[in-house]
Amino acid sequence: MHGLYNFVSGPLLWVAVILFLGGILYRLITRIIMVNKADYVVTEYFSFYYGLRSILHWIIPFANRNSRERPIMTIVTFAFHICLFVAPIFLLAHVILIDQAWGVDWWTLPESVTDIMTLIVLASCVYFAWRRLTNPEVKFVTFASDYVILAIVAAPFLTGFLAYHQWLGYKHWLILHILAGEVMLVAIPFTRLAHMIYAPFMRAYMGSELGAVRHVKDY
Amino acid sequence: MGEVIDGVFFNEVIADEGLDVGTSKLTPERIEEVINKVLAGETGARLKNYVDTCVHCGLCSKACHYYVSHDGDPTYAPVAKVKQTMWEMIKKKGKVSPTFMKRASQIASTQCNTCMRCAQYCPFGIDMAYIISVVRRICHLLGITPRYIQDTAHSHAVTMNQMWVKSDEWPDTLQWQEEEAQDEIPTLRIPLEKEGADVMYSVIGPEPKFQPQLIYQAAILFESAGVNWTMPATLGWDNSDMAMYTGDNEIMGRVKRAHFETARRLRVKRVVMGECGHAFRSVYDRGNRWLGQKYPPFDIVHAIQFYYELLKSGKIKLAKKYEEPVTLHDPCNVIRGRGLHEMARYVVKEMCSDFTEMHPNREFNFCCCAGGGVINCGPPFKNTRMTGNRVKAEQIKNTGAHVVIAPCHNCHSGLEDIVKYYDLGTHIKFIGDILYEIMEKPKAA
Repeated sequence: MHGLYNFVSGPLLWVAVILFLGGILYRLITRIIMVNKADYVVTEYFSFYYGLRSILHWIIPFANRNSRERPIMTIVTFAFHICLFVAPIFLLAHVILIDQAWGVDWWTLPESVTDIMTLIVLASCVYFAWRRLTNPEVKFVTFASDYVILAIVAAPFLTGFLAYHQWLGYKHWLILHILAGEVMLVAIPFTRLAHMIYAPFMRAYMGSELGAVRHVKDY
Repeated sequence: MGEVIDGVFFNEVIADEGLDVGTSKLTPERIEEVINKVLAGETGARLKNYVDTCVHCGLCSKACHYYVSHDGDPTYAPVAKVKQTMWEMIKKKGKVSPTFMKRASQIASTQCNTCMRCAQYCPFGIDMAYIISVVRRICHLLGITPRYIQDTAHSHAVTMNQMWVKSDEWPDTLQWQEEEAQDEIPTLRIPLEKEGADVMYSVIGPEPKFQPQLIYQAAILFESAGVNWTMPATLGWDNSDMAMYTGDNEIMGRVKRAHFETARRLRVKRVVMGECGHAFRSVYDRGNRWLGQKYPPFDIVHAIQFYYELLKSGKIKLAKKYEEPVTLHDPCNVIRGRGLHEMARYVVKEMCSDFTEMHPNREFNFCCCAGGGVINCGPPFKNTRMTGNRVKAEQIKNTGAHVVIAPCHNCHSGLEDIVKYYDLGTHIKFIGDILYEIMEKPKAA
């Protein structure tokens, strides 16, 4: 068990981080090359002002028409994404680990807060799954892979929650938690989770097309 | 509703010679070859990002008038149309059946107007209209385009206009309208081939073919405003471009080049276009880009902007207000496509005393369901347009207006069908129709 822990928190972590960062770089570089090959419109019409305008309107809840038309989905998606990013970065246990390893630390959130944030992520995942199962237009375009991706995202939070509360043991949850986190990191550049990388660029492009060329709002 | 044919689900089963005969000639090898050729040679980061990023959330659904009008039938959602076409082609690396391609062509040509409303709803800004255009391109290369619009594209290829108007019929029609208009203003001319004029006026093929009164009205307007204008007597007079909608980019480019070169030859300061939406899209979005031009090579303005300038500057004065209750339909290609909505409102409010907004409006207006080449797919698909846009009938009905102003040819014809089908008793008018009726005509006999 101890050997397994050392492996997942040691070499495997490095592999995951390298694949995560390397994957993001690979994605960005290959796409930039592709843009120059067939999609010169992306760079030709690029507008910093309209690109930024578009990004801002879509990262602020209710600042765009679609989010106002679907208030529940808006609240859930924003809560989900905020907690997804903030909880792991400002989690006390994570910061302590990094402090022990490299001697760097930063501000942390109270554990009760990160605990609730974890529950928000998990509840959001349940909502997304329920939406896929019951909403006809979502169900029609749902593949098995959509549930797998959802599970990949939920797993680190579920195992982390169980490890923190030490229900039915601790060590195996911890190992599973680290593994799940590594799987998610690697999945980001190589699955539809890549929207994390592409979204700002795509928004900026559409913002430029609609704002600079077409003189209308895209939000 | 719907039917499964050869393992492919069709939400509407419609016979169309272009699709049926074209599909019967397809082989799996040819399909695979063409799909992969287009994907590898003509698409790049945009398409790849659109496909890789879409998280299948379905948030685009409510943007689409087909989806809303079919009471949330999931097969009409924008993302569903991409799923039933492009996703499958990419996933199977082009190994799809002829029946699949027939359905893909039906979706791309008749169940999507490429209005881009869904692009405004997608949190990532995925341009589904672009994806559908790529599907149409593949269908064009495979020879499975609906018959009527293909005929239009043929007309462009042969005559450089949309309606098989012959070279002698064009100046003949202009001279006929000149004579007609001289009954009203005896000194009026429709100046042909006048080099160095301030404005070249260009129209779409259907105007000389069956709406010549629109050219008449425009001539009266130019005369009254004292504009130094001309019309070409040669090829290149037609600004329309249905080849843009069939995916026949080569013809699209030829047609646009002819139009631009005609204006260049006449050394005009600017081109003014009649009230047509898709023609406008073809000069600032699709055609110019195909020709490698970032923007049109000279000033090209849509009729809405031209009317706005004439009214704002006082070159055209109104003798009275138009009193019928009116509403305004915002055509996608000039509003979502070019942001002319406030100018359109200025013009309508100047002209009309009783104006009610349609909801939603401006760049979020619902499409007429005729644009994007769908009405050009002809009678076989008329019902597709009618059942696919009940929401437009409701929008119009809720305004209580007697007249819908639609400054776009396709919208105009499409809305006429809709008000008849839903028995709304509403009339559809161009801005020019009303302007002609109420403006001061200084030289009136």
